[in-house]
Amino acid sequence: MVTTEKNLIIETKNVSVFYGDTPAVSGISLGIEREKITALIGPSGCGKTTLLRSFNRMNDLIPIARTSGEILFEGHNIYAENVDPTEIRYRIGMVFQRPNPFPKSIYDNIAFGPRINGFSGNMDELVEKSLIGAALWDEVKDRLRTSGLELSGGQQQRLCIARTLAVEPTVILMDEPCSALDPIATLAIEELMRDLSKQYSIVIVTHNMQQAARVSDYTAFITQDERRIGELVEYDDTRQIFTNPTDERTEAYITGRFG
Amino acid sequence: MALITEVAFHAHMRKRKIRGYVFYALCLTAVALGLVMLAALLYNVLSEGLSRLSWDFITNFPSRFPERAGIHAAILGSIYVVSIAGLVAFSLGVGAAIYLEEYAQKGTFASFIQLNIANLAGVPSIVYGILGLEIFVRIMELGKSVIAGGLTLALLVLPIVIIASQEAIRAVPPSLKEGGFALGATKWQVVRRLVLPYAFPGILTGAILAVSRAVGETAPLIVMGALTFVPFAPDGPMSRFTVLPIQIFNWVSRPQEGFHVAAAAGIIVLLVVLLTMNAFAVFLRHKFQKGTQW
Amino acid sequence: MSQIDGGRIKFGSGSDGVSYMDQDKQVLGRFQRMFGLRWKRNLTEAFIKYGLFLCAILSIFTTAGIIAVLLFEAIQFFQEVSIFEFLGSTKWTPLFSSKHFGIWPLVTGTLLTSIGAMLVALPLGLLSAIYLSEYAPRRVRATLKPILEVLAGIPTVVYGYFALLFVTPILRSISDNIMVFNGLSAAIVMGIMILPMVSSLSEDAMQAVPRSLREGAYALGATQLEVATKIVVPAALSGIVAAFILSMSRAIGETMIVAIAAGQNPNFTFNPFVPIETMTAYIVQVSMGDTPTGTIEFKTIFTVGLSLFVMTLIMNLLSQYFVKRFREVYE
Repeated sequence: MVTTEKNLIIETKNVSVFYGDTPAVSGISLGIEREKITALIGPSGCGKTTLLRSFNRMNDLIPIARTSGEILFEGHNIYAENVDPTEIRYRIGMVFQRPNPFPKSIYDNIAFGPRINGFSGNMDELVEKSLIGAALWDEVKDRLRTSGLELSGGQQQRLCIARTLAVEPTVILMDEPCSALDPIATLAIEELMRDLSKQYSIVIVTHNMQQAARVSDYTAFITQDERRIGELVEYDDTRQIFTNPTDERTEAYITGRFG
Repeated sequence: MALITEVAFHAHMRKRKIRGYVFYALCLTAVALGLVMLAALLYNVLSEGLSRLSWDFITNFPSRFPERAGIHAAILGSIYVVSIAGLVAFSLGVGAAIYLEEYAQKGTFASFIQLNIANLAGVPSIVYGILGLEIFVRIMELGKSVIAGGLTLALLVLPIVIIASQEAIRAVPPSLKEGGFALGATKWQVVRRLVLPYAFPGILTGAILAVSRAVGETAPLIVMGALTFVPFAPDGPMSRFTVLPIQIFNWVSRPQEGFHVAAAAGIIVLLVVLLTMNAFAVFLRHKFQKGTQW
Repeated sequence: MSQIDGGRIKFGSGSDGVSYMDQDKQVLGRFQRMFGLRWKRNLTEAFIKYGLFLCAILSIFTTAGIIAVLLFEAIQFFQEVSIFEFLGSTKWTPLFSSKHFGIWPLVTGTLLTSIGAMLVALPLGLLSAIYLSEYAPRRVRATLKPILEVLAGIPTVVYGYFALLFVTPILRSISDNIMVFNGLSAAIVMGIMILPMVSSLSEDAMQAVPRSLREGAYALGATQLEVATKIVVPAALSGIVAAFILSMSRAIGETMIVAIAAGQNPNFTFNPFVPIETMTAYIVQVSMGDTPTGTIEFKTIFTVGLSLFVMTLIMNLLSQYFVKRFREVYE
């Protein structure tokens, strides 16, 4: 198991997330390695997105959601009492299932995060750097003032990635970032993710097993138990998971027998 | 080097937090101010008028002496006028809504009617008074009568009924209608037996809102020529009349303190009627929402 | 299908004692009945369709009626009074012996009260909308919204009472310069009256902003304030602008508050402490008097009504333009 390794950026200890009184995921313990890509896979509705959203306290925004257990980010529990969720989200960025650019110009989409967080340097440079980082610069450099909504779906998603890069987070969470995109745009995002993993720790939720196999270093398989509560079945090197899974449920899932 | 230094980030974050608290306090204050005003209004009216309320106040005609003045004629006038307005607006409004939602071809003409209805909803009520004065009172020679007043208010609240009914009809699931058509029903049969029953709670809620708007209207009826001092009960559709809001207006405008008290008492009656109607609308909506699970 | 098991029609089989000819007659009779029914049905359907069409078209007649009535009398008015007098003079005294017909005092009176009302309703309404849409817990929201609806449902004559007999005395205890009838009190109370409208329409616009935008901003480390003011409000802006314009139009057309509390003195002034007269209050004033029909004094109410109608129509159309722009972005 990966958890034995030292270089962990995020470590969850017995994490459960409840909606009201019903747990969506329960007893999850795993470690996310620094500057690697970790994929969370599993059948739809198994709670992998819920788990992902607990990493940057996005679930706090849902009034009925409650999290128990500990999530250590660089050794500190982000659910400790004195922790400000806003600061956590500044350090742990997120890209969503559907591209959600703000109805602002491309430039302002990127500049939004740095501005609110008190960036006082050269904004033009930062915008350019972020767009280059998201492999979007060449396509939009002549129209930075046009609305982000005018881009194609794939471009919008890369804009959202650029927007996330602009605040220089340590970790980037990606919630099925390609599910609304066509295959070519998907390929571009996957390539980008490989590039980004040199500097960033990435956690990606996907229901596309080929995608997990293509891009990730580690893969966690989550599924629902008989009470419909998400649990972690197996977590290992991606190659190990896809070639030689130890749990029969994992094998059944990756060979397409359910899910 | 980090984009934003730790020190700078935390200093900035403190400012953002403070700004957030200040803004939240501002928002709460705004809401509180609205509520305080409502409370002040209700308190003012109740403390002035409650002691004046009595059975005599309901059954007396207006009088030169504030302590003898009552709202009998005004109440009856309001009932007559609003009943006519409600019936006319309801039948015409629901008809128009059915046409627009179920029959009209989507196109320039339909969207023109739609735009027109939206604009009518925004025409100042006093302009409807002018319309009623010219069309119903003078051209149709109905005189400054209950029926002319009712028709004037009907036109005024018609857009409300149409818009509410349209929304209710639009909320009917297409599968329900398709089911009807699949059984060989005609359009009207589908509308009458499937669409209208389903949309009925929404339509009724809209109708009650429209009627409560009509109950409170003053200006159009003044312009149309309703009286301000009526020492008799209206005895038919051609009778002259006054309504409760006009009676209140009349009393407020008088200098004597005693009439102001009477106005407050009249306002209490008016508000009780309106609140009852609104509560009824909420109740109906609630009840039917539970009942109509298809 | 030539044979229906268990049915009464069995083509090509006379075994049940019915001759072919009888069968033919039966079938023919059925078709005739069906055909007759359909014919009747079609007629009913057509009648109903045209009946409903008339209901819908009535709204067009209403608009046409309003325009025709106002124009008809206003044109007669302008045959007696020059349009230069109407738009050039700053005196409005049609009911005096020395008559002047300058609309401006009524316009300034109307603008004074309605802009004043907006100054009250706009910040309060927008802040309440932000509170309701972005901050309030669901249960608080579920309680507050009906209360605001009550505020919106109070008849304007009640607000007039409140302005004249509650707000004005308070204002007059603060400053001696404030007269019994004044624009300020009417403006404040009118602001309270349209506050629920500003608030609920703006809130609707904010609620229509997709959650994903809020989440996107939160994920960048935005605070609740930043999400509300830098994402939600700008995204809902055209909807909010539409709400403002519609509310302003409502304030311009509002009658009873100003008729009761603002006075009946067409002053060409923006001084909120003195009596003024709005366009609507003037129409009420003439209607309450015993002005004979057909006189020039009587025709003024149509001319003023026309001006009012045109002003509010422009604002309503403008508001609809903004609503449409808003919908194009999010629907």
